[in-house]
Amino acid sequence: MSKEVVSKKPFMFFVALLIVGWLADLVLNPFLQFMILLLMINMILGMSLNLVNGFAGQFSLGHAGFMAIGGYVSASLAEIWWSRIGAVGGLLQIPFFIGLALIAGGAAALAGWVVGLPSLRLKGDYLAIVTLGFAEIIRVILLNTEAVGGARGFYDIKGPGDLRLGPLVVSQFLQFFAMTLFWVILCFVTIWRLVRSAHGRGFLSVRDDEIAAQAMGINTTQAKVRAFALSSFFAGVAGSIFAHNVGYLSPSSFGFNRSVDAVIIVVLGGMGSLSGSLLAATLVTLIPELLRPVQDLTGVDVRMIIYSFLLILMMILRPAGLCGSHELPEIWKKFALTRRAWAAKNMAGRQGRPSVPRV
Amino acid sequence: MQDFAQHFINGLSLGSIYALIALGYTMVYGILQLINFAHSDVYMMGAFCSYYAARFLNLNDSQGLPSFVVLLMSSIIGCAILGFLIERLAYRPLRNAPKLNVLIAAIGVSLLLQYTGQSVFGDDPKVFPTVLPNVPVLEGSSFTVHSLDLVVLGVTLLTLLVLNLLIFRTRIGMAMRAVSQNMRVASLMGVNPNRIISATFILGSALAGVGSVLVGLKYPKVEPLMGTMIGMKAFIAAVLGGIGNLSGAVLGAVLMGLSEEMVVGYLSSTYRDALAFGILIAVLIFKPAGLLGRSATEKV
Repeated sequence: MSKEVVSKKPFMFFVALLIVGWLADLVLNPFLQFMILLLMINMILGMSLNLVNGFAGQFSLGHAGFMAIGGYVSASLAEIWWSRIGAVGGLLQIPFFIGLALIAGGAAALAGWVVGLPSLRLKGDYLAIVTLGFAEIIRVILLNTEAVGGARGFYDIKGPGDLRLGPLVVSQFLQFFAMTLFWVILCFVTIWRLVRSAHGRGFLSVRDDEIAAQAMGINTTQAKVRAFALSSFFAGVAGSIFAHNVGYLSPSSFGFNRSVDAVIIVVLGGMGSLSGSLLAATLVTLIPELLRPVQDLTGVDVRMIIYSFLLILMMILRPAGLCGSHELPEIWKKFALTRRAWAAKNMAGRQGRPSVPRV
Repeated sequence: MQDFAQHFINGLSLGSIYALIALGYTMVYGILQLINFAHSDVYMMGAFCSYYAARFLNLNDSQGLPSFVVLLMSSIIGCAILGFLIERLAYRPLRNAPKLNVLIAAIGVSLLLQYTGQSVFGDDPKVFPTVLPNVPVLEGSSFTVHSLDLVVLGVTLLTLLVLNLLIFRTRIGMAMRAVSQNMRVASLMGVNPNRIISATFILGSALAGVGSVLVGLKYPKVEPLMGTMIGMKAFIAAVLGGIGNLSGAVLGAVLMGLSEEMVVGYLSSTYRDALAFGILIAVLIFKPAGLLGRSATEKV
């Protein structure tokens, strides 16, 4: 239900969540605020990877590479702008940073297109390895580019400052929250609408049976590359938000493990379930934090051990992920229906109606 | 080009280590079509097994062949048990699951081993015992062959010989080949696929164990994340040669070791990791089945 609101009235949903963000700005401490932003970045990563892995059926293990491109492009552009033209402040800074994210996403999408064109001829594991390879190459190139800090990392990335509107001060967090929320909702709505359009149906058919899709006149390579480029676009956006929010980028934060994190979000939530990705992003971000008390108890850092153990268990016990390929509203409806049927059956039993043996 | 001979020797010795690890990847892939991401961490655990064996048996100061054999055996046994357990507990319940799930489970096992290693052994690198001396054996005008290079090459060749005999001359090897060709038909012929898969994991992990001791001797640093990069490169070597193909894995690994040494020698050492992936991408785009692999035609 709430998801239908998102897809049909995104602006309303945006405003409603903005109020939540304002409350979070008032009551939460900086660490929790940072976790919320991280959570939303993970949501964008998960949803965008789901477009490729879940809806188009192409297994990519290199999402971190595109995120890195977005992050570094955005950070460098901000740096250049600051040094050549001057600091951006006041009301201009929100559109400025949204524009930066747009350019960063564009750069990542371009990279995704270039990478995707040759490599999407491959299937399954091979594609996974090639995308992983591209991400590693991007990382090594960044590691060796002194202009963006090389191995030391990119320090002091410019971000929006506090915004003063007369007596009213809009804090840094609230601006980040608004921008990130904007992108989360844009990403959700884009993908949600896309997979319900002719183009998106093309993606699904490529996933389900490539040869049949080809026979129906779908240019499968084009469909895959488009899905890949769009997915990279949002990964780049996530990178841009991450860069300006954290203020520091290092090639090592875009390693294999971050790509794996994105894949885990997709698989945990269910391939082809956007709301599942949102749920899984929440879990993946919060579980390590929630396990902190366990760490205090045992003295050593067992959080990640439990986390990886849960991952294996999950694959064995519920291989389709939390939501399968369904969206949360559908699951809720189904649940409500079975509950009603069950209640009706109980009611019938209580009224003492004799059970009729079935012939 | 004056150091060419030296780089060639170094590359050969590096490549033979890659070969030992690549074989584990390629054997498992040949049978299960699974990229066993945990393999690199089995290798890491092997290095720790021999490190702790040396510590508890006080072999740190006793140089010589017996201590080398003890380290080798402890690493092989440790890896074999670990490989068996991983297959039994994590992969076997997923035998009929979609491939992606098994892959994620493999990544999960890999993370589990890495994090366990980090919290049990600690993050700090440890020094691997030097049980064999590294002295120049053969000196030419432009190159030196060290004793460890010879040990690495010798042990690798011996292992490959044993593996070859095992796979092409014994019943279990025949069963392995049969299962990798067609699991269902093999089971109709009286082969128990589960047992063969276990055997494959044990064998592949044991090879990783051999590799870990050789690496430990040559580059004496042991840490929980040591497997990631070398595992990735070994896997690429397996893909380069045509995954599922044993001689392809060895060929790919040697090519990989050589080209890496050449890049370090003549270009820049910082790009050595990118090179591996560059080679991989080029091969997959132009010859997707690898150098020695056969490309299967897709049936409708």
